[in-house]
Amino acid sequence: MYEHLETAQNPANLKRVVVDPVSRVEGHGKVTLLLDENDKVQQARLHIVEFRGFEKFIQGRPYWELPVLVQRLCGICPVSHHLAAAKAIDQLVGVDPANLPPAADKLRRLLHFGQVLQSHALHFFHLSSPDLLFGFESDIGKRNIIAVLGDYPDIGLQGVKLRKYGQEVIRMVSGKRVHGTGAVAGGMNKALSKEERDYLLRDIEQIIAWADASVALIKKVHTANLPYYDDFATIRSNYLGLVKPNGALELYHGGIRAKNDKGETIVDHFDYCNYTDLIREEVRSWSYMKFPYLTSIGKADGWYRVGPLARVNNCDFIDTPLAEAARVDFKQHSPEVMVHSTLAFHWARLIELLHCAESINTLLHDPDVMSSDLIAKGEKRYEGIGVIEAPRGTLFHHYQVDENDIVTKANLIVSTTSNNMGMNESVRQVAAEYLSGRELTEPLLNNLEVAIRAYDPCLSCATHAVGKMPLQLELLDAQGDMIGRLVRHSDGSFEH
Amino acid sequence: MNKPILVFGYGNLSRGDDAVGPLLLIHLEQQANLNRVELLNDFQLQIEHALDLQERELVIFVDAAASGDSPFGFSKLTPCRDNSYTSHAMSPAALLQVFESVTGRRAPPGFLLSVKAKSFELGEGLSEPAEYNLRQASRFAEHILTLPTAEIVELARQNRHTACYG
Repeated sequence: MYEHLETAQNPANLKRVVVDPVSRVEGHGKVTLLLDENDKVQQARLHIVEFRGFEKFIQGRPYWELPVLVQRLCGICPVSHHLAAAKAIDQLVGVDPANLPPAADKLRRLLHFGQVLQSHALHFFHLSSPDLLFGFESDIGKRNIIAVLGDYPDIGLQGVKLRKYGQEVIRMVSGKRVHGTGAVAGGMNKALSKEERDYLLRDIEQIIAWADASVALIKKVHTANLPYYDDFATIRSNYLGLVKPNGALELYHGGIRAKNDKGETIVDHFDYCNYTDLIREEVRSWSYMKFPYLTSIGKADGWYRVGPLARVNNCDFIDTPLAEAARVDFKQHSPEVMVHSTLAFHWARLIELLHCAESINTLLHDPDVMSSDLIAKGEKRYEGIGVIEAPRGTLFHHYQVDENDIVTKANLIVSTTSNNMGMNESVRQVAAEYLSGRELTEPLLNNLEVAIRAYDPCLSCATHAVGKMPLQLELLDAQGDMIGRLVRHSDGSFEH
Repeated sequence: MNKPILVFGYGNLSRGDDAVGPLLLIHLEQQANLNRVELLNDFQLQIEHALDLQERELVIFVDAAASGDSPFGFSKLTPCRDNSYTSHAMSPAALLQVFESVTGRRAPPGFLLSVKAKSFELGEGLSEPAEYNLRQASRFAEHILTLPTAEIVELARQNRHTACYG
């Protein structure tokens, strides 16, 4: 592995390169490289520069506000936070997942499939397809969705419409495009009307066809240059995620399964309410983001990856036919039991997108989604834990409340935190294998961003004010004097 | 059938001054004549919002601006293939360009009403300057929605014209 590049021996004597912020990820990230006099990489780190304040934001609020409130933590996956919080507050009103009315369970799943579908569509078509279709070191003017729309109009348009469809599922189920209030403690606050159900059914066959085509596209892109795609940013790791009781892929509710890099089971069907026995988080001085690890294995080797690659690796099968066929195909491409290629995140993500489209179709044909039996009740409890597979991976919400129903303690482990070590290792792999010893240019540095983007990190920042997104690169010599500078302004112009 | 005018305010209500876009919409909802106006809000601009621009006579985007000297700015947008592409900060000019790429038609006239903002911390309310700026911008927005499109274009020309605003 590449942990030796986490901290250089003599950092004061090295040149420093900063990629700040990493573009086309959600939020703000920064990569720093330290180079010796021969441009050999001696240290590489991904820093998360804005990732605090969740708990403070939540504490002191009444629990029933949480499903709406937590959506504002993130402008990209608000529904995931909404549902994880809803699962936690179900427990605060004494309702366990098994006791949720079937209609509520299915409506939440429908909402979640809509969210994952639109999130995966955005990531692939908008953020990653420019790299994958034009090349990692292509002209920066090419690396955007408009260029994709120009050169691959059908693919670009399908991306826009897939995303729109996912948003429409969210709107129909939760009543609003943003800040919806679909899930409430113990259930859901509305069912689908027949008109809403029929509206969503109208396009679902087309959505499935496009999702299927997107899997074929990523397979073609990946296998066309297999050695490169299987090596670039690739690291060996443990994998963690939820699975169904029968071992199938699960996104909404299940037990935790963790496997090691050889595919051997570490834990299986682990009750997530005991997650504090399973996972601990390490703090490192140079990053705001913690480093989670499996307690039983320890800090050094217990780190793990989550998200589409972990889920598709970990599950025994997928319970929708097209996605299952795609999963089998995906696994067969690798000589190993587990697929470790970081760029295979894209392939796994699109298999999940297809699974979401198929699952939406199944649920829309289920009469329960129009049932009015939506709420369950129970005895008040003082602690609730909700865990869900968000688009980027396993998301933990944990709350404690007092006798007045006010949140006194909150703990969130978001997916990107679980991938912190994985992203850092991938950055170091790329730095060591693809950048070290070469003169650094913007196209070359994009390789670092490609590695990070494969994880689809959500750095939880919906702030986007005009003029706040420059990208700045500085090259400093051993004395700390700047010897080169490149700035990309938010309007896209460059300044040397 | 879409209403001819779309006012699209975007930002996060729980991120301090980032809330000015959605808050301006709340003002319009209470104060403006919305017979011909649709209000839309979201956390940020995304590619699928291009489809919300269909069948519009004009579109006004409302966002927080970290730069600038005035309480607010009002400028005409030109569809632009810029490099501001991050999902995190897709520019309105780029969204107009996406509209043209997706539909093959010219984008409706687009304008950016940018409200000067200062602080974007999670859980914070509006800063004092942003509150003042929002009041000014809200009154301006209320006023321009009573004007014909040609006069709005002229207002934008007087204020600031940005060929390709990121």
